[in-house]
Amino acid sequence: MNGNDERRAEVRSYLVGYAGAIVMTGVAFAIVQWPIASPKLTFAAVLTLAFTQIVLQFRCFLHISLRRSARDDLQLILFSTLVVALMVGGTLVILLNLRERMM
Amino acid sequence: MTDPVWPMLLGRFTWDSLPFVRAWHNPTTNELIAAAAGGIVVVSGIAVLVLITVLRRWRWLWTEWLTSLDHKKIGILYIVIALVMLARALVEANLMRLQQAVAVGNPGFVAPEHFAELFSTHGSIMIFFMAMPFLTGLINYLVPLQIGARDVAFPVLNAISLWLTAAGAALMMASLVIGRFSTGGWSGYPPFTEIGFNPGVGPDYWIWAVTLGSLASTMTGINIAVTIYKMRCPGMKLMRMPLFTWTSLCTAILMIFAMPPLTVATALLALDRYLGFHFFTNALGGNMMHYANLFWMFGHPEVYIVILPAFGIYSEVVSTFSSKELYGYKSLVIATMAIAVLSFTVWLHHFFTMGQSASINAAFGIATMAIGVPTGVKIYNWIWTMFRGEVRFTTPMIYALAFMMTFVLGGLTGIILAFPPLDYIVHNTLFLVAHFHNMLIPGTLYGLLAAYTFWFPKVFGYRLDERWGRISCLCWIVGFYLAFMPLYVLGASGMARRTQAVMETAYRPWLYMAEAGALILLCAFAALIVQLWVSIRRRGANDVFVGDPWDGRALEWSVSAPPPEFNFARLPHVDQAHWFYDAKRKYAPYAPPIAYHDIWMLRNSAVAPVIGIASGAATFGLVWHMWWLAIFGLIVIFAAVVARSFVRDTHRVIPASEVARIDESWREATARAQPVPREIETSPANQGLALVRS
Amino acid sequence: MSASETKHAGLNLGGTDAKTHAEAEHAIFGFWIFLMSDAVIFALLFATYGVMLPATAGGPTPTSVFKIGPTFAETLLLLTSSLTYGMASVAMKHGSPLGGIHRWLAVTLLLGLIFLAFEWHDFSDMFAQGAYPTRSGFLSAFFGLVPLHGLHVIAGIVWILVMMVQLRVFGLDARVKINLLRLGLFWHFLDIVWIAIFSTVYLPGLLP
Repeated sequence: MNGNDERRAEVRSYLVGYAGAIVMTGVAFAIVQWPIASPKLTFAAVLTLAFTQIVLQFRCFLHISLRRSARDDLQLILFSTLVVALMVGGTLVILLNLRERMM
Repeated sequence: MTDPVWPMLLGRFTWDSLPFVRAWHNPTTNELIAAAAGGIVVVSGIAVLVLITVLRRWRWLWTEWLTSLDHKKIGILYIVIALVMLARALVEANLMRLQQAVAVGNPGFVAPEHFAELFSTHGSIMIFFMAMPFLTGLINYLVPLQIGARDVAFPVLNAISLWLTAAGAALMMASLVIGRFSTGGWSGYPPFTEIGFNPGVGPDYWIWAVTLGSLASTMTGINIAVTIYKMRCPGMKLMRMPLFTWTSLCTAILMIFAMPPLTVATALLALDRYLGFHFFTNALGGNMMHYANLFWMFGHPEVYIVILPAFGIYSEVVSTFSSKELYGYKSLVIATMAIAVLSFTVWLHHFFTMGQSASINAAFGIATMAIGVPTGVKIYNWIWTMFRGEVRFTTPMIYALAFMMTFVLGGLTGIILAFPPLDYIVHNTLFLVAHFHNMLIPGTLYGLLAAYTFWFPKVFGYRLDERWGRISCLCWIVGFYLAFMPLYVLGASGMARRTQAVMETAYRPWLYMAEAGALILLCAFAALIVQLWVSIRRRGANDVFVGDPWDGRALEWSVSAPPPEFNFARLPHVDQAHWFYDAKRKYAPYAPPIAYHDIWMLRNSAVAPVIGIASGAATFGLVWHMWWLAIFGLIVIFAAVVARSFVRDTHRVIPASEVARIDESWREATARAQPVPREIETSPANQGLALVRS
Repeated sequence: MSASETKHAGLNLGGTDAKTHAEAEHAIFGFWIFLMSDAVIFALLFATYGVMLPATAGGPTPTSVFKIGPTFAETLLLLTSSLTYGMASVAMKHGSPLGGIHRWLAVTLLLGLIFLAFEWHDFSDMFAQGAYPTRSGFLSAFFGLVPLHGLHVIAGIVWILVMMVQLRVFGLDARVKINLLRLGLFWHFLDIVWIAIFSTVYLPGLLP
């Protein structure tokens, strides 16, 4: 792959990421502005869109790849995700449970 | 006396903020103790400055130590901070025990508020400014040497971490001289520490000292993790690393992910106190239990941050002084990683009694007990390492043995506390205090002291006095049992922790016993100082310049003691786990390299001291509401960071001829030295060259 | 081991500057770890927000103070600035004239500033409605979280300014390149945090 091809591929990656992000953001805002489903379902859809968009941005803007030589970084991100899930999930479970029992 | 003196400049400072003024107006024993403590800080501070000036050592101090980016010097400075802070916190512990022993059925001599300050500073110091700097110093010193690197990944960041820690410690010391420290314990629970109940400077001192320590530790964690991941010498695969490096890696990872919850907790508490937010207040929707949740999300991994490095130290010590390969290296590595991950799943056991449902308590109780499994694996590993080994009962080894027995006892009481119903009965009693001291003293302090004795010859080039070392070690062990076993009894019979005066006379004998133990612990520290003094005086006789006094296994023993600035004249290439140990037996480990090359090292930099001093000043300004000082400090920090990014002339070269000169003089010394057999390794016959037997 | 091997997550310089590429490996890895540590801070503030959402203490509620229009505009601004920074990185990697890199950085800077102006306007609107942080636990949590992202954007903007000066002073030396790579990760990371903010704070707050 020569320099120019590489450059074109990289620009394409950014543009694909941008277009995808715009679409997902637009859909998320649209279903809140003009509701077509129950609030619960809409919220779930918004979260799913957000998650997909984050993965897309990781791929296209931050160039996370599954190639072996960048494994350290992928492990780091996955471990961080685990810790964040434990902390956020744990906090919500514990304190919302407490709230329920106090109300 | 209680009016602000000059609010524009000095914020909320009043003459009454000085303990000396308070003692002058109200000369009770309580106030005199506070004044004496402040006096000791001031006098010893001045004494150090005068001493440096008289000895004309300012330039030397600045160029050799304060601005140095050498990981070894930074490591030593960390440990100096830790020892100073240990002395203070130990004295405070003695005061508390003495007060409780005296105050059975009477108020004693320390007032309740002062007593609360004592247990708050004792806990905060022992965790944030004793254990953390001590282990960070050891990791700093040893990890690059153990993995065959010349420095850590980010030396400037490393120096900044040191200086932020120093600023935090300085803030703790300042609280003795100006104002009062928090009375909210080391965990600083709101709403007690909120502005409504505690409008003074105390909680602010706590918030900013801890925040500085927390930020410093986060940066250290990043630094050490990158160092271990990316800077290992050729051939040093992950599964060939010494166990201390492994535990350092897991500790670093815990620092990276467990310090942010603490930073968030203290920052939100600061928002409450400074800007009137309602995160943890009683009114307007504040949720104080969320603080407990955040704090212990940090607090539990923190326990493993301070204990894992000690596990690494014991692994090195036991294997070296048994002259055997570590039993079950792989299982030890896996156990360490398991502990690191599990430590994020148990934080709720610190507040079982909060009021959440039984099933949540049960889940966290089970997770807590699960941590006992990998820890148990480790104990067996060490026992099997000693089995049929050539065990020598040197000081570090005695610490290791005392640790194994004592730590198991603490683990057992931990399992008791992991049962939510039992925890309901003994929570907030001295039983808990006994339990965590039973984990942290053998699990951290003994490990740190074992490391101090074990690696001192590597760091300074001469061995520590063995006799005083054993006396000190014995005192630490006896003192611990006397001071803390009675607390189990007292706790089980219902004595609440943090009690300033006691009504129940039946507690008296146990409190006397605990006080005797505390005194012996103080003697242990004194013996440590005597040991250092004696060893410095006899350093000629105990010289181990060759660098391998204990027939060591890992790479740090393969260089001179102290190691040259660049660590390795030529970066080692290893092909197995105990490369140096094996090389001593199979090849010629002291053969000179084929050629010497120029070595690029970092120049000194003043950026870290500037940031450290400025952050100390800024946080001091925040504590006292001297806004100009806070703003000025923050501007200086920002300017220093930006200015540093413009510096391009960062490296200097050590020419190959200089490298060769240093290296050859060491190799000549190795050729001259008499090898020492293991039986007499603690005698002056030890010149740092181990007699090799296979 | 080829020169264009991926050494770290993020844009790799392998194809064009092998020497800096090798140096970048541990520098970028370290910065990734910092970002993950920072992500934990944000995650905890999100959790705090979730916990305190019902604690409105009789004051303003999410529905009464959030507005969908400005939020959408802010999102587009930040998203576009992520693209323009990406273009700056590509230009830097492939040795474009310095002017090109400068222009892309300047556009990014401008978009960041407009984003901040919108956010500032949002906050002052909320204040005018009596929705200030000392009013309730919910508002404390909101103002603990969203302005922290804003502070990060300010830090990013200052960093862009410093890098523009360094580009003039030093040209594209190894340290400038590595710092531009780091800054890129930081800027894209802020975009990701913003996705989490509009999806868990603003949009659910606007649902009936």
